[in-house]
Amino acid sequence: MRLTLAWREALWAFAFLAIPLAFFLYFRILPAFQALWLSLYEWHADPSQRHFVGLEHYARLLEDPLLRRALWNTLLYTLLGIPSQIALGLVIALLLQWTPFGRDFFRAIYFAPYVTPAVAVAWVWSWMLSPHFGLVNELLALLGIPPQPFLQSPNQALPTVTWVVVWQNLGFQVVLFLAGLESIPRQYYEAARIDGAEGWRLFRHITWPLLNPVLVFSVVIGTIGYLQLFTQVVNLNFTDQGGPLNSTLTLALYIYQLAFLRFQLGYAATVTVLLFALILLVTLVQLKLLTRRVEL
Amino acid sequence: MKAKNRLTGFLVLLFLLLGSGVMVLPFLWMVLTSFKPFPELFELRFLPREPTWANYQTVLWETGFLRWFGNSLLVASLTTLSVLFFDSLAGYTLARLRFPGKNLIFILILSTLMVPTEMLVIPWYVMSAEKGWINTYWGLLFPGLITAFGVFLMRQFFETLPQDLFDAGRMDGLSEFGVFWRIGLPLVRPALAALGIFTFLGNWNAFLWPLIVVQTPEMRTIPVGIALFSGEAGTAWNLIMAASSLAVLPVLLVFFFFQRQIIEGVVLTGVKG
Repeated sequence: MRLTLAWREALWAFAFLAIPLAFFLYFRILPAFQALWLSLYEWHADPSQRHFVGLEHYARLLEDPLLRRALWNTLLYTLLGIPSQIALGLVIALLLQWTPFGRDFFRAIYFAPYVTPAVAVAWVWSWMLSPHFGLVNELLALLGIPPQPFLQSPNQALPTVTWVVVWQNLGFQVVLFLAGLESIPRQYYEAARIDGAEGWRLFRHITWPLLNPVLVFSVVIGTIGYLQLFTQVVNLNFTDQGGPLNSTLTLALYIYQLAFLRFQLGYAATVTVLLFALILLVTLVQLKLLTRRVEL
Repeated sequence: MKAKNRLTGFLVLLFLLLGSGVMVLPFLWMVLTSFKPFPELFELRFLPREPTWANYQTVLWETGFLRWFGNSLLVASLTTLSVLFFDSLAGYTLARLRFPGKNLIFILILSTLMVPTEMLVIPWYVMSAEKGWINTYWGLLFPGLITAFGVFLMRQFFETLPQDLFDAGRMDGLSEFGVFWRIGLPLVRPALAALGIFTFLGNWNAFLWPLIVVQTPEMRTIPVGIALFSGEAGTAWNLIMAASSLAVLPVLLVFFFFQRQIIEGVVLTGVKG
């Protein structure tokens, strides 16, 4: 009787899982392996013209200047974007904790861009950042700053794209930090105050270490996001995607161009394998950092 | 002491207000520009001198906008319904039923979270080309029908419920599906709300896969529509801003109505997840 009950439960379980499991196997896991397989082939729409090239595409990765550029840019995006959004997010979250009123209102305002379609956001910003008739330059002029080329300059385009992405991610960051701050027990601060700690020392010894898990999560999720940057880059400079002079090209955009504009699906798949390896690495670092205990 | 507090409060408020200005300015500029006739575009005045609905009329009646809107609505609604049903069913099974291979299946599903969309998009495209899914609704829909993130989220929720409730349901003669449907689901309603809103917004805003799978203007979703229409429209910024305003409006409405669930959803994934 017990055995049949256990069997019954297992049968129900497999019935419930049948469709989701088939979905994951067929649309997620199989394609991941197909990407690996594709990376070993010179792909062609006509099956008779596809041929096996082994690791040739991987060798090409090593001497592809555009790939190097995309990787370098991705690193720059991450190094500029993550610290900015974390610092701004933390400052705003702390201010929201102190504000005498309007907390929910401000939180909503800061969060709104995060749910807004990135395409629309990119077009509005590219209009506002236009060097000749953009609102931003007009505002800078009020402060006596000469007009800047922004997206048109190879030096300024990448930081400008990063700014738009930071602007869009900021609300997410603020909400995370607010929740993190709220989960720190009040008693810790009270105890520290009795011991004579104030202001900066409270932050340094209580807030910062206890916020560590949220911080690690933000850095990792943020980094994975910057590794996959696509929509904003494409739409901010629509006539010169990834430009000027490839100064805003990202890995995801390069993959898209290779696969769907130049139809080099095999080599594009190879770049996706590289992207996967990078994401795996970042995720493993996260697991490592999050399992480390925080000591007070 | 009190004066100092009041001063800090004032400075904090001032800084937050300045910051909100930066957050709101692009939305404001977009909406204001969308009411300007073309000649006024380059004047850099904030308010339109002769506000007009003409841009909206052009976008609504002379581009495919209404069709794109319908496409987005269809894709986002159907994927959301599917995700809510299958993700919660899988989450329930993985949390509450005992069966061989349970952990293995859970790890298998979770591991797909690490695979970037860019990697899947190429095989999906090859698969869609072979099966004739390019430029069809099914082609737009299939990648989003079930999500690993949702299964994970729902499993976490179902695990926190007391076993007695489910046992009571079984005693009353409910089938295993009845237990899930009648007892489980009503108890995880907050999680369903958060997951549903996120899925809807995510699919409404999705860009990469729709851009690839869509070929004709009629099949575009809103983000693809705006991107390509703007490319085609070139310098018609007043039209682009009207189309963007129309695309942003439903999202902001959803956001202001369901703000609490959205914020809870973020907190759930980041701080407690």
